Amino acid sequence: MRSGRKARAAEADTVTIPAVSAVTPVIEVRGLRKVYGSGPTAVHALRGVDLSVTQGSYVAIMGASGSGKSTLLNVLGCLDTPSAGRYRLDGIDVRQFNENQLALVRNRKIGFVFQSFHLLARASALSNVELPLVYAGLRGARRRRRALAALELVGLSDRAGHRPNELSGGQQQRVAIARALVTGPAMLLADEPTGNLDSTSSDEVLTILDRLHDAGKTIVLITHETDVAARAQRTVHLLDGTIQ
Amino acid sequence: MSVLEVLRFALRGILANKMRSVLTILGIVIGVAAVILLTAMGNGAQSTIQSSIFSLGTDTLTITGKQPEGKDAPPAQPLTQQDVTALSDRTGTPDVSSVSPVTSGQANAARGTTTYHLQQVVGSTPSYFDANSAKVAAGAVFSEDDVAEARKVVVLGSTVAEKLFGQPAQAPGQQVLIDNLPFTVAGVLQRKGSGGIQTADDLAVAPLTTIQDTITGHDKLNQVLVKANSSNAVSAAQSEVSAILDDRHHITDPAKADYQVTNPQQLLSTINTTLDAFTTLLASIAGISLLVGGIGITNIMLVTVAERTREIGLRKALGARKGAILGQFLAESTVLSLLGGGIGVLLGFLGSQIRIGQLQPAVSVDSVILAVGVSVLIGLFFGSYPANRAASLRPIEALRHE
Ligand SMILES: Nc1ncnc2c1ncn2[C@@H]1O[C@H](COP(=O)(O)OP(=O)(O)OP(=O)(O)O)[C@@H](O)[C@H]1O
Ligand SMILES: [Mg+2]
Repeated sequence: MRSGRKARAAEADTVTIPAVSAVTPVIEVRGLRKVYGSGPTAVHALRGVDLSVTQGSYVAIMGASGSGKSTLLNVLGCLDTPSAGRYRLDGIDVRQFNENQLALVRNRKIGFVFQSFHLLARASALSNVELPLVYAGLRGARRRRRALAALELVGLSDRAGHRPNELSGGQQQRVAIARALVTGPAMLLADEPTGNLDSTSSDEVLTILDRLHDAGKTIVLITHETDVAARAQRTVHLLDGTIQ
Repeated sequence: MSVLEVLRFALRGILANKMRSVLTILGIVIGVAAVILLTAMGNGAQSTIQSSIFSLGTDTLTITGKQPEGKDAPPAQPLTQQDVTALSDRTGTPDVSSVSPVTSGQANAARGTTTYHLQQVVGSTPSYFDANSAKVAAGAVFSEDDVAEARKVVVLGSTVAEKLFGQPAQAPGQQVLIDNLPFTVAGVLQRKGSGGIQTADDLAVAPLTTIQDTITGHDKLNQVLVKANSSNAVSAAQSEVSAILDDRHHITDPAKADYQVTNPQQLLSTINTTLDAFTTLLASIAGISLLVGGIGITNIMLVTVAERTREIGLRKALGARKGAILGQFLAESTVLSLLGGGIGVLLGFLGSQIRIGQLQPAVSVDSVILAVGVSVLIGLFFGSYPANRAASLRPIEALRHE
């Protein structure tokens, strides 16, 4: 299988990249455009975005509603494809990746946290955290151990057997963060992770992100709140699909 | 992702909506059970009819007289004792083992105050019993001497013996009145019972000469039974018999013959062909219901995929390959159809234990393999369309789905 070999090559890249990325940015975006629809009703969500994020940095994206923040983050997370422009992830243009290699990138390089958690309702916290490991091909006790370790990291070891509807909003988001971290990606993308949380829960989540940043993870987060953005090293402002 | 993992996800998906899964399975259950049951009924009918033909003997030809067709046809020449004598000459009929003339009529039988109307009183020779595969349960059959002397002895069918004597075993040696003439019961026949032809046990057999003297007269025979040397020699015996009768009855055109030879093996193969067509018809009707069940699975899989689009988006966002998603949904629809197939086989088996009149359904292994095979293929085939649609979605499209 040709694509299979390519996929393994990409996997091998993951291992070799960190040494190089000290000089090249993890995320490098040039002239990024995204158009939804076509003709007179077309929406230009991104109109030429340039952005570089270096390894281990903590970036907050701010901007008015509809300015294109989520669109940008989805492209960065390889959940969506841009209409034009170049996106280099760890120095590799993502257009080179085929469907299966993209799946591998989402699984190993990127941890994504959604505003609305997106947990499987019928599965326990542990099963939810195990899910990316299932697709990574990990089995049995090793998978369990890693998932439990990730839950431990977000302080939810004692809630492993609970289902999402038995957890508070903050706890659910912490499960989602554990899930994003469990495969050990170098980069965490979070789309308004505290948007649905009260201030106490927000604090818990942000404290975890701070700790992850201290541990060397690259973090890109979208927020509306200046005090959240204040925790980041750098804030990027989006206005009508362009960076200010 | 291991096969076990795929199966676990599939089972979780099925159990998540039990009622719907049950209804989907029901479609397949009914389809598979119908295929198995209906073909079993076809097979049962076939073997019932076959065994009733076998019980009459498959190596005995039956010759009957008939009016030849066509306006200018000469008057038919009846079957006579001379025909029997000619057929009995082994130089012309080397493949024939016995020839039995048969005359038959109706009569009233009586014993004391008990009377019974005999639908069939047969006059023949001792070889008649062998030609008909009839065996005695008590007493003995009459002898050639009895025929030569036209003695009033009779062998009763089991139904007649029961009606007149209650205990058939006590009948031999006793007297019975047939059309007010006293006959001595020589023996009672074993029950044939095997469905279809009701008269097999409802008859009385006496020497040919006796019956001709008393009931039917001497001018003609109703039938001549010709037993072949073996079941392989039936066709040869048939052509020998036809050659002799054509000669004696001056037949040049077989289409204008005034007699008819019934070959049980031909009859059997004709009936088999008809019943095969019948079974195929039943099976195809059942096949349609299986197809409908399959469409049910497609429908459910489409609904399931639509409902779970966000879940699919999430799985893809977490790194699921297209193959993993495809596998999960295919496994789901295959497990559904396998479950339905399994329960259907079970129901088909249970249903075919029930006897319908003379008919005992017989399950054929072919139909089970076919039905289960088809139901799995249905799962794969009908499941693959919605599964493929689900797996091809971009993660963000799927996640945004409401
Ligand atoms: N699937 C889509 N189809 C059409 N237009 C879209 C789609 N998704 C987003 N848009 C449009 O693109 C623009 C940017 O949307 P985006 O979701 O990126 O905004 P945002 O900055 O995240 O806003 P918010 O702060 O409200 O989440 C908006 O005008 C939105 O209406
Ligand atoms: Mg948004």
